[in-house]
Amino acid sequence: MAKTLISTPLNITTSDTAVSTVDITSGIDDTYSVYEFHFYNIHASDDDAELQFQVNASDGADWNDSPLTTTFFSAYHNEDDSGTPALSYHTGHDIANAATFQNIHYNLWNNVNESGMSGSMTLYDPSSTTYVKHFISRVSSDGFAMASDVHMAGYINDTTDITEIRFKISAGTIDAGIIKMFGVS
Amino acid sequence: MANAVEKVNTIAIADIEAINTITDDNLQALNTLEFTGVTDAHTLISTHTASASATLDITSGIDSTYDVYEFIYTNIHPATDDTHFQFQVETGSDSDYNHPMITTYFQAYNAESGGTPTLAYSGGNDQATSGDGNGVFQNIAKEMGGGSGNDDEAASGILTLYDPSNTTYVKHFTSTSNCYQGGNTSMQALVAGYINTTTAITRVRFKMSSGNIDEGVIKMYGLATS
Repeated sequence: MAKTLISTPLNITTSDTAVSTVDITSGIDDTYSVYEFHFYNIHASDDDAELQFQVNASDGADWNDSPLTTTFFSAYHNEDDSGTPALSYHTGHDIANAATFQNIHYNLWNNVNESGMSGSMTLYDPSSTTYVKHFISRVSSDGFAMASDVHMAGYINDTTDITEIRFKISAGTIDAGIIKMFGVS
Repeated sequence: MANAVEKVNTIAIADIEAINTITDDNLQALNTLEFTGVTDAHTLISTHTASASATLDITSGIDSTYDVYEFIYTNIHPATDDTHFQFQVETGSDSDYNHPMITTYFQAYNAESGGTPTLAYSGGNDQATSGDGNGVFQNIAKEMGGGSGNDDEAASGILTLYDPSNTTYVKHFTSTSNCYQGGNTSMQALVAGYINTTTAITRVRFKMSSGNIDEGVIKMYGLATS
């Protein structure tokens, strides 16, 4: 399995201008059958913010035409060891065939400068015009002084080829972090 | 590195595996043109092979060259029965391997004999340690068989460490392993968390919870930064 770094659509620190969205509008085509989006130390300007994504198909626009159906669960453990560490499904973070933004994570934390999240999302065969498009993500974070292992997966219920993807934060801005797009061959 | 060379004598760069025995991973330039048969951003940095080893220590190659380091472990077989495969990290040239971590651990398992397959959080295998010097080794696969009659039991998987050289943020990691657990059970373990330090991580140690790593291979890969 070889990976090719296609682009780095986000690479900022807190001393740079924060961004509200990260749009990848080129490079997603039939060159690769699998695309990976890597997130390193994504840091939010607001507490309780969530990194999210949506897509545009080649016949769509405005990030609201392709419905998603998803699952979302996590394991979590408080830094002070309080409470009971657990594994649970998050009914509030999944989507059932709606063209809204899907959370990749939850509970990012701005209060602590060293806090963020890292992980990746894999998008399978976005150029297929026969099948829906599957995706899987896993991220690790330390928001609200808690280790979270967040798993999200689902499909884009659209048989038109997907050509663009938007990442955004549910509230405020992304004030630091790196996003890289790789092609897998 | 730019992909300046596309073909050599009509052979596409992607199809060239070696030139004068030098593999494409190690070629930097050809007649001064940058060479990215290195279109593979997934670079093998080092290989560590256990042979009745108390520890496998990776003490070089973890720096700011890459944003992400992947440790792919294959057929980790313990010398001692019912032991766990673990890791810890160090900074600088220290060798205490005791940094605080906050981690989660959950697993799915299914026995060869049937029974009830289960997905559950495993509270005894996580940690919420604080303060430098108080961290313990983190299990990433557990309860593998060693010794007589258990020669086919082992664990394989991947540990991903994000941005270990960052001096602003804590260090996130995830791991996914599958092991042949001692109860003749397939056990998938998913571990994640963060090393609660903003100091750059430079070393990783792998070991068993007791006894040696009898056999096994760990390969360390870096993911390109640009």
